[in-house]
Amino acid sequence: MTVGATLETSPERTSYLRAGYTLWSWLATTDHKRIAVLYLYSITAFFFIGGIAAALMRLDLATPGGDLLSNEGYNRAFTLHGVIMVWFFLIPSIPATFGNFLIPLMIGAQDLAFPRINLASWYLYILAGLFTLYAMIVGGVDTGWTFYTPLSTLFANGYVVAALLAVIVVGFSSIFTGLNFIVTVHKLRCPGMTWSRLPLFVWSLYATAMILVLATPVLTMLLILVCVERVFGIGILNPDLGGDPLLYQHLFWFYSHPAVYIMVLPAFGVLSELVTAAARKRIFGYWFIAYSSVAIAIIGFLVWGHHMFVAGESMYASAVFSFLSIAVAVPSGIKVYNWIATLYKGSISLDPAFLFAMGFIGLFVIGGLTGLMLAMIAVDVHVHDTYFVVAHFHYIMVGGAVTAFFGALHFWWPKITGRMYNITWGRITAALIFLGFNLTFFPQFILGYLGMPRRYHVYPPEFQVLHVLSSAGASILAMGYLLPFIYLLYSLRHGQPAGPNPWGATGLEWTVPSPPPKLNFAETPVVTRPPYDYPIKDPMSRE
Amino acid sequence: MSDRPAVHSPYAEAAQQRDADLLGMYVFLVTEVMLFGGFLSAVSMVRVLHPQEASSAAQHLNLWLGSMNTAVLLTSSLAMALSVQVSREGKRRPTIIGLCLTAALGLVFLVIKGVEYYQEYREGLMPLSDGIKPLSKPGEQLFFNFYLVGTGLHALHLTIGIVLVAGLVWGVFRSRVQLPHRAVTVEIVGLYWHLVDVVWVFIYPIFYLAR
Amino acid sequence: MNGSLPFWPEQASSHAAQLDMFILAFSVLVALLAIPVGILIFVFAVKYRRNKSVDRQHAPNRKVWLEVSWSVLPFLAALGFYIWSTALFFDLNHPPSGTLDIFIVAKQWMWKAEHPGGQREIDELHVPVGQAVRLIMNSQDVIHSLYVPALRVKQDVVPGRTMSLWFRAEKPGVYWMTCAEFCGTDHSVMGGKFYVQTADEYAAWLARSGVDLSLAASGEILFRKYGCSGCHAASSVVHAPDLTGLYGRSVALANGQTVIADEQYIQDSILLPQKQVAAGYGPIMPTFKNILGEDEVIQLVAYIKSLRQASWRVK
Repeated sequence: MTVGATLETSPERTSYLRAGYTLWSWLATTDHKRIAVLYLYSITAFFFIGGIAAALMRLDLATPGGDLLSNEGYNRAFTLHGVIMVWFFLIPSIPATFGNFLIPLMIGAQDLAFPRINLASWYLYILAGLFTLYAMIVGGVDTGWTFYTPLSTLFANGYVVAALLAVIVVGFSSIFTGLNFIVTVHKLRCPGMTWSRLPLFVWSLYATAMILVLATPVLTMLLILVCVERVFGIGILNPDLGGDPLLYQHLFWFYSHPAVYIMVLPAFGVLSELVTAAARKRIFGYWFIAYSSVAIAIIGFLVWGHHMFVAGESMYASAVFSFLSIAVAVPSGIKVYNWIATLYKGSISLDPAFLFAMGFIGLFVIGGLTGLMLAMIAVDVHVHDTYFVVAHFHYIMVGGAVTAFFGALHFWWPKITGRMYNITWGRITAALIFLGFNLTFFPQFILGYLGMPRRYHVYPPEFQVLHVLSSAGASILAMGYLLPFIYLLYSLRHGQPAGPNPWGATGLEWTVPSPPPKLNFAETPVVTRPPYDYPIKDPMSRE
Repeated sequence: MSDRPAVHSPYAEAAQQRDADLLGMYVFLVTEVMLFGGFLSAVSMVRVLHPQEASSAAQHLNLWLGSMNTAVLLTSSLAMALSVQVSREGKRRPTIIGLCLTAALGLVFLVIKGVEYYQEYREGLMPLSDGIKPLSKPGEQLFFNFYLVGTGLHALHLTIGIVLVAGLVWGVFRSRVQLPHRAVTVEIVGLYWHLVDVVWVFIYPIFYLAR
Repeated sequence: MNGSLPFWPEQASSHAAQLDMFILAFSVLVALLAIPVGILIFVFAVKYRRNKSVDRQHAPNRKVWLEVSWSVLPFLAALGFYIWSTALFFDLNHPPSGTLDIFIVAKQWMWKAEHPGGQREIDELHVPVGQAVRLIMNSQDVIHSLYVPALRVKQDVVPGRTMSLWFRAEKPGVYWMTCAEFCGTDHSVMGGKFYVQTADEYAAWLARSGVDLSLAASGEILFRKYGCSGCHAASSVVHAPDLTGLYGRSVALANGQTVIADEQYIQDSILLPQKQVAAGYGPIMPTFKNILGEDEVIQLVAYIKSLRQASWRVK
């Protein structure tokens, strides 16, 4: 077995990391792999900033009196946390890093369909990030990441327009990414890579791209309306002019509900890859999983009203949205059961990636089923806008999507960097994150049912025990998130060079060297075998 | 005319690249449809919920100028379609002429729109105007504000279109866009232009014909 | 304040008790759907560990009947709960007749309540036990949300609309009342106390906080002070609708529609008179939006509501 030695005989076979060392070679790159790495650095930086905001919030919430931050300060902290985590971390996370890096490799293409648009999307992301940082530094925004009107249009006195412009610009970044993925998957599959042979990661990113392209423009338009009202006084959402604050909510959630599927569908795609590789077994129910991604994307557009059950929405509309919200849970359930069935009679290795996958399943199931609870209107009337909802969406977004992101990181790290990291530390991190996460967020379900509202930092003293448990959990979770910085960065210099296929997995990405050369494939691959074609005879070969 | 095929990585064949370019533009146009679609749905709700106010506010819009603009824009789309046709046949000069005509008509549209806005400003219809406001009922100013935002967004998209067409004229003129090899570039700009036209075809009746 | 049961708030109404039962039952479903998943992951991860020799023959990739059943069965179970929950929700939307109507005004950052007898309170709400109470709510500025965890009810209060919420509190006590929709700087402290009192206590409280005039009588004074009677009196030369018996009646509008004259309609007629002009009348009524405060509007609405046929005379 050769260890990481791909002979670099010609310039095209130089690893993408070594093809140019200058800053300009990175900032002007059109190589999807480099753009993925640029995104990886940027989203990590924003995760850190959003995490600091969360740390401030949890510290403040450890005491009932709101002693650490002022009322205004706390409002700005949770707004910053929401805006950064949603738009600058979660939405780009898996698509813009792993999607960008892996889709061309997985389908046998040399790059995405529009490499320059790919680079443009990163620059738009950075520009938007600068706007957000500007808004934060000059004083912050205090409307919540949801920017409800008329608070945001007529009453808020933070730097709302700067934040809105940031979100509008990052929306274009999302749209470009989605557009690129759709055209790539349609037009650049190598010979033999039919839709039925696509890795499920690609299927789920395709569904994600559909949502990116269809939902984001609605948000763009809505935020333009808010900006226009704030800056030029052109009142559209102003109740005094006959405008309807509920119009804002309908349009906002029409985007934002599909947006949560943007965050979770890529995680589902990652899971399919992690589970099959860990179990060295074909996926159970390939078509059910593939089509369930599409079903989630479609039904996800029909459920936005479940955010507005108590907002003044009509009773009958609420009943319909409740029903559809139950329907949208079904395809997710299918996936989870299929992954478990994939493990049956598999050959399972407890590498860190698999441990993250297990953590995902556990946490996502709790998050998803509490979502089903929230779909029941009578329950939602009680727990809407309480910590119950906060716990629910953190279970899905953090327990789900972020855990999957870490799983992807631990799985494809050798491919991206050409280095192997310390497996034991990876396992410890997975365990810490799982435990810390549950300690942080499970008490919040109880707090929410007890009536603790969201966006409060002052609360009755009898809730303190639960808040302290939650804050303690947050410190453990933070440790879990910080550990990879240490051992993954250490591996860049001191890790064992990784071969093309350290996990013995199927997929075209594992047939090229680690790290891949600038030009992905010396010859266009031709695919003849089904996906997840385990057991593979020689994990190092691919025929 | 050069025979150099213009195929960049990651494409293997020119046909594949052409297909990808077209699909890319279609996907982008879908995003524009969602942008304006969301907006126009909101306006339709206002018209349904406040029909009288919509009607009386619409009386203040200049139907003549609006209709003239519609004719101008539709003609520009015709010029664009003809440009696309001749570009496919590799005819540089007719393509450039057609594109210049398209952009010129687009500019005429913007000028007429500017005249309309100015008139509306003089009549005190703008939201921040001083003085007696002819739009006193709450729904009326709301409808008019929607009109401003809708036509403003449309004008912004039209301006971008004009810039794209101008860039394309330059590219064809300097042979950076090879015809007929890269006629797809003209075609995708044409698609964008037609979308801007279609959006106006919805804006016009929703606002001007609300009276 | 709260009798602090560790996992749920006090049950101050039968709706609260029903909802708690619903959640308990639903949690059983959640456990049934989740626990097998958790167990199987561990069992499989141990039993099928790599390098362990165990029978891996004929590993299935596809069993359509299995896929369909684990999709359909949980969905049907959830639908059962959907029906139960929607029934509870419909209850919340259908107040019985004969409710005690209390007006609420939400503003940054306080709750103001006005009882029919004119008693007012800020950041507190007193209600009698066992009585169906309907809160009629308006916001002066941004969206707020009235939430009483012990009752398990909540309603957003949206500016430009009148919202209503009904409940029947069945357990005397003092409970927490909060604002549940982010409304700006002091959202965290926009809470208050919700008092459920026995009939005697409530009567005593009413008497203590009584005002000389009831809401409607205050409204009558305003009706004359602001010149409403100048147009709406029977003897007026201005052609304006007669308001006697207006509340609850259906009104034909100038645009051909017909509406019921509820609180929202009366309030809009005062603040946004052009919005729904009555058929046969010109749109000549001026708006009183910048003249009247929210409290005064409430008093006028109460007065107009009280105008029954032939029992009051508008002079």
